[in-house]
Amino acid sequence: MTGTEPQPIRIVGMTGRSAGAVLVVLALAAALPLVLSKYQVGLATEILIFGVLAMSIDILAGFAGRTSLGHGAIFGVSGYVVVYASAQAGLSPASAFVLGMIAATAVAAVFALLAVRTSGVYFLLLTLALGMIVWGICLRWTQVTGGENGMRGDVRPAFLVEHRPFYWAVLVATALVSYAMWRFVRSPFGLTLLGIRDSESRMKSLGYNVPLHLFVGFTVSGFFAGIAGALYAMFNNFVSPSTVALAQSVEGVLMMIAGGVGTLFGGFVGAAAIITLENVVSAYTERWQTVLGVTFILIMICAPEGIIGTLRAIAARGEERYKGN
Amino acid sequence: MSTFQILNGLTFAALLFVVASGFTLIFGLLRIVNLAHGALYLLGGYVGFTVATRTGSFALGGLGAMAAIAAIGLVLDQGLLRFVRGNDLRQVLLTLGFAFVLNDLMLVIWGGDSFTVPIPQMLKGGMRVFGVFYPTYRLFVLVTGIVVFAGLWGLLNHTRLGALIRAGVDDAEMVEASGVNIRRVFLVTFLLGSALAGLGGLMGGAFLSLYPSADAEILVFSLAIVIIGGRGSLVGVGVGSLLVGLLNTLGQVMFPELAYFVIFGPMALLLAFRPLGLFGRAATT
Repeated sequence: MTGTEPQPIRIVGMTGRSAGAVLVVLALAAALPLVLSKYQVGLATEILIFGVLAMSIDILAGFAGRTSLGHGAIFGVSGYVVVYASAQAGLSPASAFVLGMIAATAVAAVFALLAVRTSGVYFLLLTLALGMIVWGICLRWTQVTGGENGMRGDVRPAFLVEHRPFYWAVLVATALVSYAMWRFVRSPFGLTLLGIRDSESRMKSLGYNVPLHLFVGFTVSGFFAGIAGALYAMFNNFVSPSTVALAQSVEGVLMMIAGGVGTLFGGFVGAAAIITLENVVSAYTERWQTVLGVTFILIMICAPEGIIGTLRAIAARGEERYKGN
Repeated sequence: MSTFQILNGLTFAALLFVVASGFTLIFGLLRIVNLAHGALYLLGGYVGFTVATRTGSFALGGLGAMAAIAAIGLVLDQGLLRFVRGNDLRQVLLTLGFAFVLNDLMLVIWGGDSFTVPIPQMLKGGMRVFGVFYPTYRLFVLVTGIVVFAGLWGLLNHTRLGALIRAGVDDAEMVEASGVNIRRVFLVTFLLGSALAGLGGLMGGAFLSLYPSADAEILVFSLAIVIIGGRGSLVGVGVGSLLVGLLNTLGQVMFPELAYFVIFGPMALLLAFRPLGLFGRAATT
């Protein structure tokens, strides 16, 4: 930076233009319930929640180079704790929510302790195995978790029982959490994670404590997944082993990849694509799992950069051609 | 633990060995973590069950399961995985997608009920071993596990194919550079590993029974075994299977609801000191 360049005006860390874009998107999202049916508002709420989950996975996958298959479990633990705390232990929704977040962060910290020494496929395997343990516990520890039947409980506070207020509450939470994640990956700490993704050995020789950074990155990512899980418990008023199952992690990863690894906000695009697909498909067939699997295979083979990534690549090619002329 | 429980642990370990050895062979040589391995196990069990009940022959069931799963393995490897060669992450996630499809199809074909593969007449009942009366079939599983171990040991250490596989685990590029068609070795290994999953499915189907989430359970155990034993090591799988089999039995006896902890606690501890597992070696590429 020479100092003579004009500095763009920054609003809470964003350039004026992107701040404007964010405001427009938020306003549009806030207006959605006015035109959508109750069912569609429910879908939109789900998209927001899973967008947060996909983003939390992207913090690790896109910015630290580690794809986790255990985030569904972290997400689910938060859900279980929220439902248990409010329905069984009789706590207020707010304290149940906080407890859920704390539990998810704690689980993420344990996962992180074990997983930070591994990378690549080993990281994937280990997080998968750890997620499976959580699933096994939720399934077998019947007295506390309700076993296969799961747990039901009215978790929402009275003023959020209606679908519209709940959607707006989730929207506000999502906006805050997304902003926090965006600041996180752009912070010096986030840049260090990027450095670790690109070259672990170089960061090590520069004197960075790589395992510690990964540990913190994983825990923070788990904290965000926990918020998504707590919101989901409030949305559904129900948790069951399928909330923590591998399929949950896989859907999160799929949304993240579909949106584009390392794009962060692509998570919402991916979540919207997958959830819309799920609902369209479910109207015609019960074989959603097959469709999900086939989608996964096709994305891996045809569009590993995700929707946004592929669009960007096409745009870049177009621009090159334009410049070439 | 009583003798009976130790035998339970050993027989479970033998079953796990058959399944996990296929998993680690593929992982070790092809660098593919086949997350569809659990689904292949379950499908092998279902196919074996169907063949065995229709023909009344347990052996035919075993052959049918192995052939069918090897065929599915061929489709997975040649039809899908060939498009994502060289990219670990995409391979893993692709096999996961494949597992989802297989699981759903199995649900369509065999439904949600649980099945038990019929045990042949000569393996029914029990016999006296080490002073306890023990089911003959589970002893048969134990023997089969040992036979498979011996067979793989012989294959890996005393045949040309085995030498190529071992060389490929260490450095596939060098093997290829010395004029060997490593692709063919890869394919044979993939089919062999898949067939072992099918065989495991039939064997497990006769004493653990077959039901829609059985694949996930077996997959977790296989993962634990490979993480403990290390990539591509036959001895590692053996030791890992024994550890996981015995710990699981111990866990089920002492803390039935938290049995998973008893396996994964030691695994996590081990990982802290040896990230590549007990017998794992760093990949050269």
